[in-house]
Amino acid sequence: MDAPMLRVEDVSAGYEGFQALFGVSLEVGAGEAVAVIGPNGAGKTTLLRAISKLIGVTGGDIAMEGRSLKSVPAHEVIGYGIAQVPENRRLFPRLTVEDNLRMGGFLPSARARYAERLAYVYSLFPRMKERRGQLAGTLSGGEQQMCAIGRALMSGPKLLLLDEPSAGLAPVVVQSIFEMVKRICAEGYTVLIVEQNIRQVLKVVDRAYLLETGRIKQSGAAAGLLASNEIRKAYLGI
Amino acid sequence: MEIFDIFLLEAVLNGLLLGGLLALLSLGLNLIFGVIDVVWICYAELIMVGMYAVYYFHVSFGWPLILAMLGGVAIVALAGAALHYFVIRPVLGAEPINQLLVTGGVLFFLQAAATLAFGIEFKNLGVSFPPIVVGDISFSMPRLIAFGVALAGMLGMYLLLTRTYIGTAIRAISQDRAIMPLMGVNPGRIFIITSAIGGALAGLGSCLLVLQYDIHPGIGLSFGPITFLICVLGGLGNMAGGFIAAFIFAQFISVGGFLLALEWGYVIAFLFFIGMMFWRPQGILGGK
Repeated sequence: MDAPMLRVEDVSAGYEGFQALFGVSLEVGAGEAVAVIGPNGAGKTTLLRAISKLIGVTGGDIAMEGRSLKSVPAHEVIGYGIAQVPENRRLFPRLTVEDNLRMGGFLPSARARYAERLAYVYSLFPRMKERRGQLAGTLSGGEQQMCAIGRALMSGPKLLLLDEPSAGLAPVVVQSIFEMVKRICAEGYTVLIVEQNIRQVLKVVDRAYLLETGRIKQSGAAAGLLASNEIRKAYLGI
Repeated sequence: MEIFDIFLLEAVLNGLLLGGLLALLSLGLNLIFGVIDVVWICYAELIMVGMYAVYYFHVSFGWPLILAMLGGVAIVALAGAALHYFVIRPVLGAEPINQLLVTGGVLFFLQAAATLAFGIEFKNLGVSFPPIVVGDISFSMPRLIAFGVALAGMLGMYLLLTRTYIGTAIRAISQDRAIMPLMGVNPGRIFIITSAIGGALAGLGSCLLVLQYDIHPGIGLSFGPITFLICVLGGLGNMAGGFIAAFIFAQFISVGGFLLALEWGYVIAFLFFIGMMFWRPQGILGGK
């Protein structure tokens, strides 16, 4: 394998008085779709927050295309081509859809290509074009996820971090969310996705890591994990 | 009866002019509260600083009035940024009461410092404008200027907030501060910019007030409480609410003052405020 796009090496992180990640290592190659699966509270969200530098990393290192993010402040991570769709989407509820998308393209380097990327996001999600003047807080759950993904794409990222995109959505919508993720991967973005919905996500990604209580327990090709007895018993209830 | 109607009309129109000015004053305070969630109790003292700045630039340094006013706006914008950086930023995570007290401390500090530096005597720009007479009604020129500039200032503010990246970020940060870094936005920088804009609005207010009022270290007390009450009446942090509340308040002051006596205008306005606080404590457009 070539040098990976994202390399997470022996990373420890946590919150005040509480360590959530213990020496986590993983790699994401250019063009790959990789999932981190695991139960609630395993540290999946913490891992993405650590990559985006929203929380401090207490040990190990994270590198994007060979460049360490160690001393990079959170608001500069996006400049390295990493965009995150946060847990629960976290749209700005009282801004319109279009203003939310504008915020995704806030970086000075992204502003010059605002019109072009806006047209691209609208072509991916025509529904967003219909709803562009609507306040984001009034969108349905599925539409909010489109808007959140669109917002992340506005910065023109190489790597997209998706945090529990199916969480809190109706079962009918969940299916369409994974279709959406599939399309994003097909568009050529490199994707690192964190999910509790293990059966569904393993059908979408190439490889996956199993995270339990802050440690990587298993990793491998998605199809292999889907077939593995351990995962079938513990998470798929078969 | 006809004379009475003319004077009443004049009072209503003067109330309208006053409303524009009060709306501008409340806009800066509302912006700061809406975005940073801190009340600048010392807001009117920043206006006082601006009035002194215009006075010294114009009278002592001999700058043309327009240049002196631009200088005044710049000084108060800087003061706003400094206030955030040195006073607000360290207490951002503290209890609201502590934030209130610390800006209250700045209020008395600025008053005392102004007394020391500039003395207690009233200062005056010494410019006068002829009244404008339309039919039987006469308007004071400074009030008319203040109204026009205040409206222009508010329009500029609206365009800034809705048409620019920084403005969109200012609106966004008040809704979800924690994820701003994911947009590539440094929240601390947006807060400094917002504080400078809030200061610039106070500075613009001082340029308009200095045309109408004498300057002294306690001048802030004439505008501070009323500006704060207008913001609360409109819904603290709600700029549209503050705009409406300013015009309502100004009519009570102007028409109430005309029908009874000048001081009664304020009494009625504050009684109305107290009543409203029982009926709609969240303010006219407040949501919470």
